[in-house]
Amino acid sequence: MTTTTTAPTSTTVLDASGVTMRFGGLTAVRDVNLTVNTGEIVGLIGPNGAGKTTFFNCLTGLYVPTEGKVAYKGTVLPPKPHLVTQAGIARTFQNIRLFANMTVLENVLVGRHTRTKEGLWSALLRLPGFKKAEDASRARAMELLEFTGLAAKADHLARNLPYGEQRKLEIARALASEPGLLLLDEPTAGMNPQETRAAEELIFAIRDKGIAVLVIEHDIRFIMNLCDRVAVLVQGEKIVEGPADVVQSDERVIAAYLGTPFEGAPGEAEAAEVEAAEAEAQSTTEGDDK
Amino acid sequence: MTTEIPMDKTTDTTKVSTAQATPIVPLPHAAARALTVAGSALALIGTFLAWTWTREFPGNLTVTGYPGGLQVLTLVGSALTLLFTLSGYGIRGLGWLTPGGKNSPVLLAALGVFGTTGYAMGAISQELGGLVNLEPGAWVSGIGALVALIGALGLPVDQPYGAEDPNPNLWGRIRHSLTAPEPGRAKELPSWAEILIIAAGFGVGLYVFAFGIGTEYSELFIGFLIIAAFGFTAVTRAGLLKRLSALTAKHRNVAMAAAFVAAICFPFTQTNDQFALIGANILIFATVALGLNVVVGLAGLLDLGYVAFLGVGAYAAALVSGSPQSSIGVHFPFWAAVLTGAAASLIFGVVIGAPTLRLRGDYLAIVTLGFGEIFRITMNNLNGNSGPDVTNGANGIPNIPDLEIFGFNLGLPHNVLGHELTRSGNYYLLMLLFTAIVVMVFRRSAESRIGRAWVAIREDETAATAMGINGFRLKLLAFALGASLAGLAGTVQAHVSYSVTPEQYEFAGPVPPNSAFLLAAVILGGMGTISGPLIGAALLYLIPAKLQFMAEYQLLLFGVALMLLMRFRPEGLVADRRKQLEFHETGQLDVPEDKSLPDGATGVAKAGA
Repeated sequence: MTTTTTAPTSTTVLDASGVTMRFGGLTAVRDVNLTVNTGEIVGLIGPNGAGKTTFFNCLTGLYVPTEGKVAYKGTVLPPKPHLVTQAGIARTFQNIRLFANMTVLENVLVGRHTRTKEGLWSALLRLPGFKKAEDASRARAMELLEFTGLAAKADHLARNLPYGEQRKLEIARALASEPGLLLLDEPTAGMNPQETRAAEELIFAIRDKGIAVLVIEHDIRFIMNLCDRVAVLVQGEKIVEGPADVVQSDERVIAAYLGTPFEGAPGEAEAAEVEAAEAEAQSTTEGDDK
Repeated sequence: MTTEIPMDKTTDTTKVSTAQATPIVPLPHAAARALTVAGSALALIGTFLAWTWTREFPGNLTVTGYPGGLQVLTLVGSALTLLFTLSGYGIRGLGWLTPGGKNSPVLLAALGVFGTTGYAMGAISQELGGLVNLEPGAWVSGIGALVALIGALGLPVDQPYGAEDPNPNLWGRIRHSLTAPEPGRAKELPSWAEILIIAAGFGVGLYVFAFGIGTEYSELFIGFLIIAAFGFTAVTRAGLLKRLSALTAKHRNVAMAAAFVAAICFPFTQTNDQFALIGANILIFATVALGLNVVVGLAGLLDLGYVAFLGVGAYAAALVSGSPQSSIGVHFPFWAAVLTGAAASLIFGVVIGAPTLRLRGDYLAIVTLGFGEIFRITMNNLNGNSGPDVTNGANGIPNIPDLEIFGFNLGLPHNVLGHELTRSGNYYLLMLLFTAIVVMVFRRSAESRIGRAWVAIREDETAATAMGINGFRLKLLAFALGASLAGLAGTVQAHVSYSVTPEQYEFAGPVPPNSAFLLAAVILGGMGTISGPLIGAALLYLIPAKLQFMAEYQLLLFGVALMLLMRFRPEGLVADRRKQLEFHETGQLDVPEDKSLPDGATGVAKAGA
């Protein structure tokens, strides 16, 4: 419907057009268009079940969209997660999905997978390039751990990190694939205000590295502080897109979150009906007890 | 808030329970210690006396002044008890024996002595018909062992009771008295001394292992199992194993070389060709188990038909071995046969893997189980009647000639360094070379980008693909690598056993290697480790082979033993650092459990939105 078109000043990193995802008869995402430009932080909000994570999964190839296509820097992406990551889109998960029994450093090293080439033969024969590549990977991973403030815990198992640090590690792991676009799925869920502020600063720092960010979040204050642009998804459809303050005061958004007032307050007749139904329900349960 | 309350409780109960950790037998500590020393000394002296009057009981226990057979086990056990007890006295020069627990090792060793001596006395009187057949020496050792056990039960307990159960019942108290605290940090020694300690450790290990293989009658083997199990646990509780593994981790290459040298020494300690053959078979089994460990332990793919790859390698080697019964009348040199076997297994692995690896979890297990059986049945059917004649059907390919490498015929005994190296000894050493290659392949692949990707797939395949890992391709790589490693072992196996037949490669059977035993060796030994499957395979081969007298109960007992192990040590004998944390939560920062806690915070956030 109403979509504010962005000024074509900066180059487009992500261009999703007409993305539709149907599971049988249920349409989880319907014809969503979204663009993210370089140096931009875009927020994606919406009530629970609006299809935000499904949309993310369509972008990253975990789901094959029923219709529509996703392009990264002008090339259409094949719906395979590893190819999407290789192209330059990295993501985190809503329910943290770290490699729990690997160390913090190993987690980040796994994130380097697409940016390193050393194959099995190189590993088995310890070919000359192997040690160099491994050391370079390690150095880069440690750099990222410094960046996210986890360097001191490099040798801890990921499962033993506190919750907030697990979120940070997911981001570090995603950054290890040297993405041009980072998708964050509820990065501050379950964080206290201080941790949320730290996350904000981290995301700004990521943007300053030249990485565009698309973030799903429920914390509206966080979105207001962070995002240049916000898109609202309701029941699988994008209803509004624009600057944060415009979106916040949009009637349809308020309606989607809080509901529209009833046409005519419930009258006495309805109230009496409800009461009678409740009384009956109670008497039947008591009857069952006897 | 909720986390703080139990923590307060913990500190309280630890304070209270420090005094409560009472020994099982109420004795003054000095008396208990004296009893233990006296008892184990008595048991030790008893082994020098005759235990029975007739040589009908195997091992000749009739000689006074020279312990033999089961007596040796009691002797070693009681010496160990004595040493641990004396170390508990704080005698100078013995303190290094018990850096961890002080008294639980004594109790465990005493239990071992009591078990072995009791078992020996029971076996003698049962086989010879009555207690009258026991000579005084047996009674001396038996009573000594009992006294030592009572004394050990009266020793102070190493640790206060845990917070979760401050007042355990009798069973809980017994179990608790067998636990011990972890040893502290070891003193720095010069590196030559540390390397010497590693060498000594592996030497002892080799000796114990060679003794176990060399046990000539099942009574001795059972006695050996009892004392070895308790002795091993005692040494672990004393903290010695932790010290040794810390040293081996520090000098890893030295430790690997030491293990390799110890393994090379094995055939030179054996005079009997039969035991060297057991050694060679154990190595084949262990090597295949290590190959399976790539698939199961690293990549987390449950393969229930893995023995088929061993079979493919063995059949390929047999077909090109120049056996008169081979349908292809060629005789490849050894290196070519090895490459053929590995390549055949590799191709078979890719052919099976490509369609099946799209499945996950249980489905993959079932399909691989099916393919394993398909291999065996196909080999049965390629007999000229129900199919083209390639494999001679159920008769298999017999008369596989011995290998000849650089003019060195492995079938003939050779004199090396004044020791007669038998046919099995030759094959043992050849197989050891293959084991070393597989160990190297495992280690190098595990510590690389590929190995990390495998572990990531095992941990969370969806997240792994989202990190840019091509899940299917890497799983296929693991499958193919595992298959070709098994194929390597198969080429040697064909020659060691002279013939290949389809029923050598079943899913389950009493004789390892078969798919079930291979998987058991990996899981029992410790998934994802190198030494785990090697130890697991050795145990799984030796125990059934030495307990053949149990006939039909063999597999039943085996199953019970596996269940007990999985109950008490689910991470396997040699624990991967990761697995140990996975199965025994240490209680430090249990974050994943706390995920539900921040509900309130999200609620606020949503309300804000």
